[in-house]
Amino acid sequence: MVGNGLHKKERKGATVTEPAWVRWLLISVALAFLALFLVLPLAAVFTQALEKGWEAYLAALTEPDTISAIRLTLITAAVCVPLNLFFGIVAAWAIAKFSFPGKSFLITLIDLPFSVSPVVSGLIYVLIFGLQGWLGPRLQEHDIKIIFAVPGIILATIFVTFPFIARELIPLMEAQGREEEEAALTLGASGLQTFLRVTFPNIKWGILYGVILCNARAMGEFGAVSVVSGHVRGSTNTIPLQVEILYNEYSYAAAFAVASLLALLALVTLAVKTVSEWKMQQTITAAETER
Amino acid sequence: MSIEIEGISKSFGTFAALKNVSLKVPSGELVALLGPSGSGKTSLLRIIAGLESPDSGRILFDGEEATKRQVQERQVGFVFQHYALFRHMTVFDNIAFGLTVKPKKSRPGKAEIRDKVHNLLKLIQLENLADRYPAQLSGGQRQRVALARALAVEPQVLLLDEPFGALDAKVRLELRRWLRRLHDEIHVTSVFVTHDQEEALEVADRIVVMNEGRIEQEGTPSEVYDRPATPFVYDFLGSVNLFHGRVHEGTAQMAGLDLSSPENASAQHAPAVGYVRSHDIAIERDGNGSGAIKAEVRYLLSVGPLVRVDLVLSGSDRTIEAELPRDEADRLQLQVGEQVYARPRKMRVFVEDYQI
Repeated sequence: MVGNGLHKKERKGATVTEPAWVRWLLISVALAFLALFLVLPLAAVFTQALEKGWEAYLAALTEPDTISAIRLTLITAAVCVPLNLFFGIVAAWAIAKFSFPGKSFLITLIDLPFSVSPVVSGLIYVLIFGLQGWLGPRLQEHDIKIIFAVPGIILATIFVTFPFIARELIPLMEAQGREEEEAALTLGASGLQTFLRVTFPNIKWGILYGVILCNARAMGEFGAVSVVSGHVRGSTNTIPLQVEILYNEYSYAAAFAVASLLALLALVTLAVKTVSEWKMQQTITAAETER
Repeated sequence: MSIEIEGISKSFGTFAALKNVSLKVPSGELVALLGPSGSGKTSLLRIIAGLESPDSGRILFDGEEATKRQVQERQVGFVFQHYALFRHMTVFDNIAFGLTVKPKKSRPGKAEIRDKVHNLLKLIQLENLADRYPAQLSGGQRQRVALARALAVEPQVLLLDEPFGALDAKVRLELRRWLRRLHDEIHVTSVFVTHDQEEALEVADRIVVMNEGRIEQEGTPSEVYDRPATPFVYDFLGSVNLFHGRVHEGTAQMAGLDLSSPENASAQHAPAVGYVRSHDIAIERDGNGSGAIKAEVRYLLSVGPLVRVDLVLSGSDRTIEAELPRDEADRLQLQVGEQVYARPRKMRVFVEDYQI
């Protein structure tokens, strides 16, 4: 996801040396692979979901437990995405525009959730906030529930989706440098004016790209959420957990119906991602040609 | 507005960019900070702008302490080497930016802003390009827009960081002449940073030569060029030949010649270095009289209106470089391998321990 921009540029400059049949072979292998592993399952999800007709599909989606799962998923995303947006912009700003000791350590830390299995990150929260955990007894005294409740789900999701926005913005902001901001300051703009009128317009496509990826992951996260949720029906189940439960109960059509929501989300994400990636590439190219 | 810099020092980590630098820029002058990269000239400019803060020392604007003032309050116009135009804004919006971010009560009205921007566009001769984006402009055009943008807020001081550094030779020449004319019209106190001695000599009222975080010399272009204060300045401004020898009571002995060096009248048998600019070496066929060194022509190269002659001094393998005007070279009809006499017309001698 992250290095896509670079990829494109290299390709533009490369000269084609392979004979036509090699190119066609490679392209068809890639397409066949995509069809087998991406398009086919996606199509299967929708056909399975609609197997018993529209009415059964809608009934599965409007079932109270499912609605509660959808609501919880939306709440989680609505909390996580803005928080990580704020964090991502702040971190990217600090990393791209300033030099300070510990900068590369901060970059490593931001990447941490990418390298840790989500199950482990869920367990970390159980270890901290669970009944047997470090803060568990004290939390219980004050009657605060984090694990097996909504706060735990939100915390675990924040952790997992932590890097998406920052990782998008850091290379973009580094490519753009800080001269435009400095120019704005010398022209009398305040810090906020500089951000809103100079920095933000330059990174808005990167932000959109990061937000959409962050959102997709926040809604689709299974592992970490599964550990901290407790799977209480109608209360602490998110969409992915609901899909699992339905599936384990052999209600395939209902499971696929709910899963199709996530698949739809993926398609929307893909479309927005393509557009914003293209726009972002344009701004990076503009930044580079200006140098 | 005049600028006074008093004892400014600045380090980046272990690198000392500026070492106790003091400088006065009189109101209305165009001053060049000239030096090689790493000499601290850009750091000094950024400190004047308020984009960096000094570790010690003070900056005074018109005699008033300004060291602690924020960038926004300093009323400086800053022009960057890579233009730093706002890429998502049109030329018009770029130039208007400084006016539109003013606080409500001092912000001019829309019509006033439009008039002002159009006047500036006229000044930079880009009236037809108001709706273009920076990416659609050439380098020279972008830098003119950057200049107009800086001038729009009527700065008290204009600071330019290698303003022509990223441009082609021809555009560079045009633009620096244009800047000189512009300065003659608007007389805003200006400081520009450059590593190009020709640019500094041509454009500036005064030149400040910097090296390793210190000021080597300051003065008018002719002072700096004709009477370099230190070997560094000699070396940096124009191509130069070095002679090693000794100096004793105002007379230097270099390459078998006795040369008068009145500024070293007190020297006693001191080792010394003599500097002669390439165009201050005359080439003669016959070595009548004293003051000429026997040499052999090693290499000839025409560079535009000049001919560069590499000479090897007889009795050593030291080479020196002379520059002759084309017609002089044509008259002499020099051949490679020929014996000639090289006569230094002007030599500046520095006692060796003076060197840094």
